[in-house]
Amino acid sequence: MNRYSRQQLFAPIGEKGQRYIRKKHVLIIGAGALGAANAETLVRAGIGKITIIDRDYVEWSNLQRQQLYTEDDAAKQLPKAIAASVHLRAINRDVVVEPIVADADARLLDDFVARERPDIILDSTDNFDVRMIINDVSQKYDVPWIYGACVGSYGLSYVIIPNETPCLRCLLEEVPLGNATCDTVGIISPVVHMVVAHQTVEALKICVHAQVNRKLVSFDIWQGQYRMIDVHKLKKDDCPSCGKTRTYPALQYENETKFAVLCGRETVQIRPARRGEREWTTLLLFLEKCGIQVEQNDYLCSFTVDGRRFVVFSDGRVFIHGTNDIQEAKRLYYQYLG
Amino acid sequence: MRCIINGETIHLPSHVSTVAQLLHHFHIHKKIAIVEINMHIVPKEDYEHTAIADGDRIEIVHFVGGG
Repeated sequence: MNRYSRQQLFAPIGEKGQRYIRKKHVLIIGAGALGAANAETLVRAGIGKITIIDRDYVEWSNLQRQQLYTEDDAAKQLPKAIAASVHLRAINRDVVVEPIVADADARLLDDFVARERPDIILDSTDNFDVRMIINDVSQKYDVPWIYGACVGSYGLSYVIIPNETPCLRCLLEEVPLGNATCDTVGIISPVVHMVVAHQTVEALKICVHAQVNRKLVSFDIWQGQYRMIDVHKLKKDDCPSCGKTRTYPALQYENETKFAVLCGRETVQIRPARRGEREWTTLLLFLEKCGIQVEQNDYLCSFTVDGRRFVVFSDGRVFIHGTNDIQEAKRLYYQYLG
Repeated sequence: MRCIINGETIHLPSHVSTVAQLLHHFHIHKKIAIVEINMHIVPKEDYEHTAIADGDRIEIVHFVGGG
């Protein structure tokens, strides 16, 4: 019996669609909750190849929702990309699974997509810096990407097809700072699956050359709210990512968020590319909600989590005291300050 | 004023009369929000001078970074 028989019986896919799916290469960026579920769905569906990039390792707090990982992975602190690839190969040995343990920065993504030309990029990341890089790489090499994000019980998804739909920069204009993150307001697993259901159905449609949903979809699964908005009017001719004159700003070094060790101070400084607009009120509200005590003056606020002291300046800079490790600082920064 | 926001009927205080004030009221940063009034999307540059009226059906979608 063909393992894909039920999927092939579904008329919009059929045997022909299954053959298309088998030939596709999907790049999944991030191997957290979204990445693990996206990867598992596509591997079970019989995709040709997936590449999964992640810089982090498996921790106990991941097991509640990051469906591919086991207690053993957390005990061994395995890199997520490696642990994911082991489980994915056990699920379907016919799929080529390529793990990359690395930070998905502009250089890595630009080089990878230029060389490999994946058919789809699936966003499974946890911050806007990397999403803006994905957005520019997608436009530069004409590869569709599917935004997906969630926090609490709220999630959203949107398909970006270069030269057709508005891109993420058309919708967002700039990188939000100090947003809610899963580490400040928490997250429940069902909303992850709802986002992944939307991302993977659109990925399958792209694979079989069906018409994708061009609307921005958002939902709150706890409240039972679901909405779709037609955003095609927001496409901007002068967008620096997808407009007539493109500069791909997120691929320029000066626009990257920069991390630097402050010598002799056991401190890492983080300097976002955009200055001076950190959203204090929302940040403070969220930190308070999570019971994190915040001290504040006119110029900065500070708080301690995971044994590390964070100092957030109003010009956007952040110090993380108690570490010289840039990778750890990076993880903490995106965990708590989105 | 009474509007239907994301499917729920909400009473808004009298000082909320534009899209910008509405977002401020809900503590949503305007740059990360998409707003639709009666099925028409509102461009961000129009938030300050787009009025909202009694009975409007308003959808607000805000972007989040988690995952």
